[in-house]
Amino acid sequence: MIRFLVGRLAMAVPTLIIISIAVFLMMRAIPGDPATAMLGDLATPEMIARLKARMGLDQPLPVQYFVWLGDILTGDFGRSISTGDLVLPLMLERFQISALIVVTAVFLASAVAIPLGMFAAWRQGSAWDLSTVAVSTFLLSLPSFWLGLIILMIFGLRLGWFPVLGTIGMSEGGWTKIAALIMPVLTLLLIEMGAILRMIRASTIEVLRQEYITHARAKGLSEWTVMWRHAFRNAFAPTWTLIGLILGALLGGIAVVETVFTIPGLGRLLVQAIYTRDYPVVQGCILMIAVTYVLLNLLIDMLYPVFDPKVAR
Amino acid sequence: MTLLSVQDLTVEAGAAQVQVVRRLSFDLEPGKILALVGESGSGKTMAARSILGLMPPQLKLAAGRLEFDGIDLAALPAKELSRIRGARIGMIFQEPMTSLNPALPIGRQMEEALRLHLGLSRAECRRKIVTMLERIKMPDPQACLRAYPHEFSGGMRQRIMIASVMLTKPALLIADEPTTALDTLIQHDVLNLMTELAAENGTAVLLISHDLGMVARYAEDVVVMKNGEAVERGKTRTVLATPSHPYTQKLVDALPRRSEGGDRDETPRKPLVQLDAVRVAYPGPTRLIGKSEPKEVVHGVDLTIAEGETLGLVGASGSGKTTIGRAIVGLETVSGGGIRFRGQPIDLTDPATRSDVQIIFQDPFSSLDPRQRIAEIIGEPLKLDRQLTVRARRDRVRDVCDEVGLPQEFLSRLPHQLSGGQRQRVAIARAIVRCPAFVVADEPVSALDMTVQKQILALIRELQDRHGFGCLFISHDLGAVEQVADRVAVIEAGNIVEVGRRDDIFDRPQADYTKRLLDAAMLLSRSFAGAAPAPASA
Amino acid sequence: MNILSRMGIGGWIGGAVALALVVLAVAGSWIAPHDPVALDLRARFAAPGTAGHLLGADEFGRDILSRLIYGARVSILIAIFTVMQAMLVGLTLGILAGYFRGWTDRVISVLNDSALAFPGLLLALGIMAVVGASATAMVIALGFAFAPAVVRVTRATVMSIREKEFVEASRVIGNAEGITMWRHVMPNCIAPLTVLATGMFGWVILAESALSFLGLGVPPPAPSWGNMLAAARPFIQDAPFLIVLPGICISVTLLGVNLLGDALRDIMDPRMQK
Repeated sequence: MIRFLVGRLAMAVPTLIIISIAVFLMMRAIPGDPATAMLGDLATPEMIARLKARMGLDQPLPVQYFVWLGDILTGDFGRSISTGDLVLPLMLERFQISALIVVTAVFLASAVAIPLGMFAAWRQGSAWDLSTVAVSTFLLSLPSFWLGLIILMIFGLRLGWFPVLGTIGMSEGGWTKIAALIMPVLTLLLIEMGAILRMIRASTIEVLRQEYITHARAKGLSEWTVMWRHAFRNAFAPTWTLIGLILGALLGGIAVVETVFTIPGLGRLLVQAIYTRDYPVVQGCILMIAVTYVLLNLLIDMLYPVFDPKVAR
Repeated sequence: MTLLSVQDLTVEAGAAQVQVVRRLSFDLEPGKILALVGESGSGKTMAARSILGLMPPQLKLAAGRLEFDGIDLAALPAKELSRIRGARIGMIFQEPMTSLNPALPIGRQMEEALRLHLGLSRAECRRKIVTMLERIKMPDPQACLRAYPHEFSGGMRQRIMIASVMLTKPALLIADEPTTALDTLIQHDVLNLMTELAAENGTAVLLISHDLGMVARYAEDVVVMKNGEAVERGKTRTVLATPSHPYTQKLVDALPRRSEGGDRDETPRKPLVQLDAVRVAYPGPTRLIGKSEPKEVVHGVDLTIAEGETLGLVGASGSGKTTIGRAIVGLETVSGGGIRFRGQPIDLTDPATRSDVQIIFQDPFSSLDPRQRIAEIIGEPLKLDRQLTVRARRDRVRDVCDEVGLPQEFLSRLPHQLSGGQRQRVAIARAIVRCPAFVVADEPVSALDMTVQKQILALIRELQDRHGFGCLFISHDLGAVEQVADRVAVIEAGNIVEVGRRDDIFDRPQADYTKRLLDAAMLLSRSFAGAAPAPASA
Repeated sequence: MNILSRMGIGGWIGGAVALALVVLAVAGSWIAPHDPVALDLRARFAAPGTAGHLLGADEFGRDILSRLIYGARVSILIAIFTVMQAMLVGLTLGILAGYFRGWTDRVISVLNDSALAFPGLLLALGIMAVVGASATAMVIALGFAFAPAVVRVTRATVMSIREKEFVEASRVIGNAEGITMWRHVMPNCIAPLTVLATGMFGWVILAESALSFLGLGVPPPAPSWGNMLAAARPFIQDAPFLIVLPGICISVTLLGVNLLGDALRDIMDPRMQK
C-alpha cells in the first residue's frame, strides 16, 4: 500500500518537471524577447538591455531555466505588467473563486448523476433508462458558454432571480455573492451531469453482469443492499477517475463560463492577460492550472484503492 | 420425501420466446447429489439459476413448478424468495475470479448471509466464520477476514465461497460448474471439500457440470440435457454404463479413453527437437529507476521429441508448460541452455526451419485475426513460398480444408461466424498447410465442448499419422494426453518430474506428483474401477 | 453492405447531420443567400422571418443564415485539419511507442503523459497566447492539444493487439515483423481510432467555438459560431435570437457527431457483421 502511494508520488515528479520546462519554453517562444514584451512599445534599447541583464536573459537557456524555476519555487511569479501587482496573491485570490465554482458544480453533478445513472442501469432498457440516456447525450452536446447564456437569459434577465453581472455580485459578499455563483454552478453542473451519468450507467451495467452480484442476490440480500454494498463501490471506481479529469478540464476551460457570467476568476484573469499580453500573469495562470490538475489527479489516484483494493497490491 | 421437485420447467429468452429450457423435470431427495450434465448451450445453468430466480433479465420462467420443501418457488413473491435464498438454498458459482466482490474484505462478504438470515451479532458471526475457515484449513483465519479476494488463488477463493455458502447450513446447495476453472489437483480438493461439508450438514447438492468423469465420481443420480431438454435420467452408474439415448452414448464415447496401444511402431526414431537444460525467465515489472529481478519460470528442462511422435507435456497452470512450447517456436526468449532441431541449434530466422516449426494455440477465438477471411488465414503461410502460383496456393488451401474436415463454403467466412471447434480446425489447417516437421499443440482442446474435443483430438492424431510430424502436446488434462500421447512428461513448477512411455506413466507412475495428479484426475475408467472413494453422502 | 441497416436511429441522425455539414462546407457559398460580411444597416437586428433575412440580421445588419452557413464551413474546415494534424502526430508517436517499446516507448510515454497533464483547452490557450489568434494558429494549437489523446489510445491499442495470439501466429508462420504489423496489427487498430477521430471532431468543434467565444479563435469579421455568440453577448436582452441560433448549430453538430461516434463503435466491431 505504502509502496503504491510512494510510487504514484514519484511518477508525478517527472510530469511536473516537464510541465515547468514546457511553460518556460512557451514563454521564451513568444515573438520578441520577454524583456521587450514586458516593457512594452515605449521602451528604449538601453532599458531593454538593462532589464535583460537583470532578468538573466544573457545567460545560456538551461541557466535561465534554473534561475526561473528557483523563483517559481520560492513563490516569486513576478509582477503583472499591466497593473504592477504581484502575480501570486492575485492568482490565489482569483483561484479561490474558480475552485469554489468548479468543485461545487462537480460535487452536485455527481450527487445527482450517480443515483440516477445507477437506477437507470438497474432498470436497463426501461423507459426511465432510455430517457436517461437521451438526456445525458443531449447534455453532452451543449456547449457550456451557450447553456450559460441561455440560463443567464432566463434566470437573470427574464425572471431576474440572480444578478446578471457577476463582478458586481461578487464584490458585495454574503447572499449576493452566493446568488452570483448559482448560475455558473448550475451551468457546469448540467454539462458535467451528462458525462457522469453516461459513465456511471455504463460501469454499473458492466458490474451488474458480474457473478458476485448474482452471488449477493443468491445470499438473499435485498436489491437495495446489492446495489449499495456490492455494485456501488465497484461501479464508482471508473467514475472517480473521470471526476478527476473533469475537475481538471473544467479548471482549464473555466474562462468560458466566467466570461459568460463576468465572474472574476482565474480563467478570466488568464484570458484578459492574454488580450493585454501580460506574460507574467499568463505564465503564472497556466502553470498554476496545470500543476493543480496534476496534483488533483494524483490525489484521485491515491484514493482509488478505496474503491478498488486490487491496484494497491 | 422429496426436497426439490422440478416439474415441466420451461425458460424462455427474449421477445422471440426461444425456449432455453423445455419441460425439464427432476426430483432431488434430501442429502443426495444430483447432477445436471450437458454441453454449453444445453440450458443446464439457466435451469439451475431459475430455481432461485437468478436468471439474466432477458430470460423468464415461462411455465413449470419448482417445489422446494412443499413451497412453489416459481409462484413465490420476491420478498419471500429472498428469505429462502442463502438461508435454505445456497449457490456456488463457476468463476472464482469474479464471484467474490473485489472491493469488500472476505469477512464482510461471509457474514452477510448469517447476519441477514440468522440475525447474529457481528461478534457471533466472526466466531462462526473463523471456525468454518479453520474447518476448511485456511491458514490464518483471522487475517483472512480482513483480506480481499485478489489476495487468494482461484482454488482458495472457491473454498472460501463454499465455506461462506455452507455457513447457514442450507438444505440445498446448487453448484454451477464449481471447479471448471481450476487445475486438476485443486478440482479434486474443492469437490471433496464440498461433498464433505454437504454430508456433514445433510445438504442435498444439485451439481451442474459438463464433465461426465467428475459426475460419475460424485453424483448418484444424473440428468443429461441437450438443447434445453432432458434426454436421459437415472442412476449415474447405470446411465454411464449403459447409455440408451444416442446423445448420451456420444457423450460417454467422448470421454477420454486410451487409444488402443501398439498402433505406433516401437522402432527408435531420430530425435527431432531436443531441449538441453532450457531456462526461461520473464523480466520483472518495469520500474522507473533500477531494474527488478527477472522471474524464472522454467528451470533447466531437458526434453526430446522424436520425429513423428507425440510427447504429452502435463502440468498445472503456472507450471511453465506453455512457456516451454512457446520457447520452441520462438515466442519466448531462452535465458539459458539451448534448443536443437534435427541435431543443430535451432535457427528460426532460417525460412525452412521457420516453416517447419509451427504452433496451435489454446484459444481459437483469439488466435485467428477477426478481420481475415478463412481462406486468407489458411493461405497466409503459403504467401511466403515465392514459387507457388496464386492458383497452386488456392488449390493447396482447398486440400487442407478437406483434410481438416472443414466444408469449402467456410473459406469465404470470417472467424466469428464459426463455432469453436470449426475455428480450431482452421488453426490446425494454418499450422499444417506447409507440411511442418514439428507442431506444438498448446492446450488445443481445453476451450471446447467434450464431444468436439474428441473430434479435434482424433483429427490431430489422424493428421499426424498421415504427415508424420512430431508433436509437443501441452495440456493440463490427463484424459486428453492419454488419448494422443506416445510419451508423457510431467512438469511441476518449472521442473520436469517424470518422463516416460504413456502406459508407464499412467499405469506405473514413479514420481509422487504424478501419482497425485493421476489420483485427482477424474478418469471414468478409474471411477468405475472403484479406485475412487465412494460419494461422500452415500 | 448491410452496414446501413445496422446503424440504428442514432446512427442515421448522426450520419444525416454529418452529411449536411459536409454539404454546407462544400457548397456553402452557393447556398448562402447573402455575403456573410456584407453590411445592411437598414436591417440591423431584423427579427427572424423578416423578408430577405430568413433568420434575421445582427447588429451590423449582416444576414444570420449566411453567417451560420459560412460559420459551419469555418468550423468544419478547422475541425478537419485539426483532427488530421492530431491524428498524424498522434498515430506516428503512438505507433513508434507501440512498435519499438523499450526506451522509445518510455520517453514518448513520459512526455505524452505530461502533455496530457494540460487540460486540452488550457494548452490551446497557451499556444494561442504565444502565436496570436488566427485560424491557422487555432489548427496548430488544437492539433497539439488533442494529439496526446491520440498517442495514448494508439499506443494502448497497438500494445494490446500485438499481444494477441493471432499476431503471434503471424510471427510463427514466418512473417517479418513489418508484415505482421501491416497485415494484422494496423487493420485491427483502425476501428478504435476511427471512433476516437469521430469523437475528437466533436471536441474540436466545441473547443474552436469556445476559443472563438473568448476572442482567441477565428478573428472577426469572418463568421464562426463561437465569435457570433461573443458578438451577440451585449445584445442578449434585445436580440436573444442572435444567441439562440448559433448555439443550436453547435449543439446539433455535437449531438450528431456523438451519435455517429456511438453508432460507429458498434458498426466497426467485426463481431457485429452477420
